Amino acid sequence: MKIRVLLAKPGLDGHDRGIKIIARALRDAGMEVIYTGLRQTPKMIVKTALEESVDVIGLSILSGAHLELLMEIMKELKRKELKEVMVVAGGIIPEEDIPLLEKAGIRAVFGPGSTTKEIIEFIQKDFP
Amino acid sequence: MENPGEYPFTRGIYPLMYKKQLWTMRQYAGFSSAEESNQRYLYLLRQGQTGLSIAFDLPTQIGYDSNHPLARAEVGKVGVPIDTLKDMEILFQGIPLDQASTSMTINATAPILLAMYIALAKKNKVPSEKLRGTVQNDILKEYVARGTYIFPIKPSVRLATDLIEYCSRYLPQWNTASISGYHMREAGCSAVQEVAFTLANGIAYVQAALDKGLDVDVFAQRLSFFFASHTNFLEEVAKFRAARRLWAKIMKERFKAKDDRSCMLRFHAQTCGHTLTREQPLNNISRITLQALAAVLGGAQSLHTNSYDEAYATPSEEAVTIALRTQQIIARETGIIDYPDALGGSYSLESLTDSLGEQAQKYIAKIDEMGGAASAIENGFIQREIQESSYNAQKEIEEKKKIVVGLNEFQSPYQKIGRLTKVDSGAREKQIKLLLQIKKERNQQKTKLALNHLKAVAETNENTMPAFIECAENYATIGEICNVLRKFFGEYKENCWKEGAGNG
Repeated sequence: MKIRVLLAKPGLDGHDRGIKIIARALRDAGMEVIYTGLRQTPKMIVKTALEESVDVIGLSILSGAHLELLMEIMKELKRKELKEVMVVAGGIIPEEDIPLLEKAGIRAVFGPGSTTKEIIEFIQKDFP
Repeated sequence: MENPGEYPFTRGIYPLMYKKQLWTMRQYAGFSSAEESNQRYLYLLRQGQTGLSIAFDLPTQIGYDSNHPLARAEVGKVGVPIDTLKDMEILFQGIPLDQASTSMTINATAPILLAMYIALAKKNKVPSEKLRGTVQNDILKEYVARGTYIFPIKPSVRLATDLIEYCSRYLPQWNTASISGYHMREAGCSAVQEVAFTLANGIAYVQAALDKGLDVDVFAQRLSFFFASHTNFLEEVAKFRAARRLWAKIMKERFKAKDDRSCMLRFHAQTCGHTLTREQPLNNISRITLQALAAVLGGAQSLHTNSYDEAYATPSEEAVTIALRTQQIIARETGIIDYPDALGGSYSLESLTDSLGEQAQKYIAKIDEMGGAASAIENGFIQREIQESSYNAQKEIEEKKKIVVGLNEFQSPYQKIGRLTKVDSGAREKQIKLLLQIKKERNQQKTKLALNHLKAVAETNENTMPAFIECAENYATIGEICNVLRKFFGEYKENCWKEGAGNG
């Protein structure tokens, strides 16, 4: 079975260079990738995750709105009992915010300079 | 070869360049509320600065009120929130609008923000002919990079052109567009693509204005440009020269401009955020310095230098100051400003300038064949080209075909960075309170009439600017104004992809 990944841009941020590179790299690594495009609310993202029954959700934010939006997505996932889904994040996320995000259940935060290889390996490790 | 200041301006648009006047050091910065921004502007004006640069938050850029569900988390994050004219009144309190030059980074909602500015000037009894400044007003690149579009392409270009037309009549000193390659470069395109896609967008605006019956020599000199200054030093200097030469020829040969000023490509430059690394962050100061130097040797009219900590967070005060000092060092210590187009005549630079220009021209011809920039965006050509370049650039770094110091070579143990900026989240509640208060206190009947009038005008071919001004004067909110247009124009939906469908 292929690993199914949902990639999403929560909020109004339009920086999509990173997420589009990840989309292509994950697909080239044999995963099934769904990319939502810009301007997604937490509810929209979780709804798509449910409908597409994905294994992984990758979220990208560079506008500084990450804490509020990512927390909301984690809450919404809990509410819909999607606890099994692996959630990772990327973008401009200050280091001091990472422990908070990890506590909320985000498995990893990939900042600038991360390679597509390390992201692919991180995901594959969970789905042997 | 021609001298600096002579057509086609390869060597610069003025004979003496910085010997006569330095470039403007224009640092773009956002503050989370109108009061805070106002304090900052008053401080800068006291320091002798006359150019203000306004960053708006994303809800303002995308036409949502601060209490809209999609807006909530973003209010005040990357700039100042503007819901109604009231916020503009606070933003410019104590600032003489006939003396300031105000640059607004705003696109989809540019006509609305400019309408608010005009309404404010009217209230302060400043005649519109005296207003000076710039709106970015380059909607085409928003569909390709940056992403703050609202409506479909065609009505958006109409709104942009309405603004150009209105200003050519009533705000003769206003720069009506800053046609931007910067964001496309940041999204991953090459130097050649940056020149080609930017000038292709410029051609689309000029054509749209001509189609409205405007005189090229009236509006073209108010168009300006905005480019990135990247790391490949000589290529960047050549890029600015090639862009200037190409645009001059396009204006003269294709659009029959008679006035030399219509052919001059004036540009703002910014160093590249994307080239900054998290690893060994102080190295970024060297990168920014070299990029800034390329912009100056390329003949920029104004320059923003990035801050070294941008891969971590919104820049700190200290980092912003170093960025500004970098420009001052180049201007005051290096002696470069005494020589217009100092590198001109070098074989490498001249041949690079020629070849970049020729390659960009071929791209533009290809875009022309597709029916112009709007069609090339609609069919996804420009987006695909950019994604291809950005994916390849990433692969080159990961495969070490391209070296980035500290990232994939010459690594050293991780250094933590201190003093990061935090955005105050209390600002949002205050902003929403003010919005609700204004909505309660305004003359509802008049607001409603103004919004209805806008709807009526939108349905015709009439210029929309007067109707936007009427809405602004009657304290219609940015969300209300955009909703009128959303209903009539519809909204642009990005073409996204699912498993192998291609691109977004």
